[in-house]
Amino acid sequence: MATVRVQAEDFDPVAEAGALTLGRTDVGAVVTFTGLCRDEGGLLDTLELEHYPGMAERELERIVAQAEERWSVQGIVVIHRYGAIKPGERIVMVAVSSLHRGEAFCAAEFLMDYLKTQAPFWKRQKLADGTSGGWVEGKEADDEAAEKWKRA
Amino acid sequence: MKAVYFAWVRERIGHGDEEIAPPDSVSDVAGLMTWLIARGEQYAHAFENPKVIRVAIDQTHVKHDAKIAGAREIAFFPPMTGG
Repeated sequence: MATVRVQAEDFDPVAEAGALTLGRTDVGAVVTFTGLCRDEGGLLDTLELEHYPGMAERELERIVAQAEERWSVQGIVVIHRYGAIKPGERIVMVAVSSLHRGEAFCAAEFLMDYLKTQAPFWKRQKLADGTSGGWVEGKEADDEAAEKWKRA
Repeated sequence: MKAVYFAWVRERIGHGDEEIAPPDSVSDVAGLMTWLIARGEQYAHAFENPKVIRVAIDQTHVKHDAKIAGAREIAFFPPMTGG
């Protein structure tokens, strides 16, 4: 069971993760990750997230399918927002349920590492002083994080 | 075929999508970028460092040596920064 959503609206991580266990007695572990918009020490006013409609959903579904193939998981939720996001707001969430914690931890980390480098989203910063902070550059650390799953 | 551009690639080119009709001699993604660069300054600016440009054909990631025959939609964009 997998849920993938790309949306402008906020989401409720507790309710979304709760859906993975609702009415079930066979789930042993739920790992939830939520990514938030930082204020960058007060410098950031808004994060503007551009995405490739259609491909964003498809790519997230492909990443979810890879996780399901690799680990024995019971359920996955991936939600990613686009549009204007203010400091403190949620950007992304990943939740994974499984029989034991190991699979859920690994799959959740894999999903986030792959999503950051493979899902077509781009962040641009609008700064508190009214200027544009420009497009956020891809981090080498994120590429390395995704790369480690190929060796593992 | 339709070309679509995102983030700073879109900003540099000046629009988000357009119909393009490259000649048959343009066979792969790298060749298509070279052909686009010849269309004008804004394309040359967008593709000034082709190595960093990511490409998707019909909404699937491809490498620069991918063939473009039969493609309906080709997307050009910078490295992704979601999450």
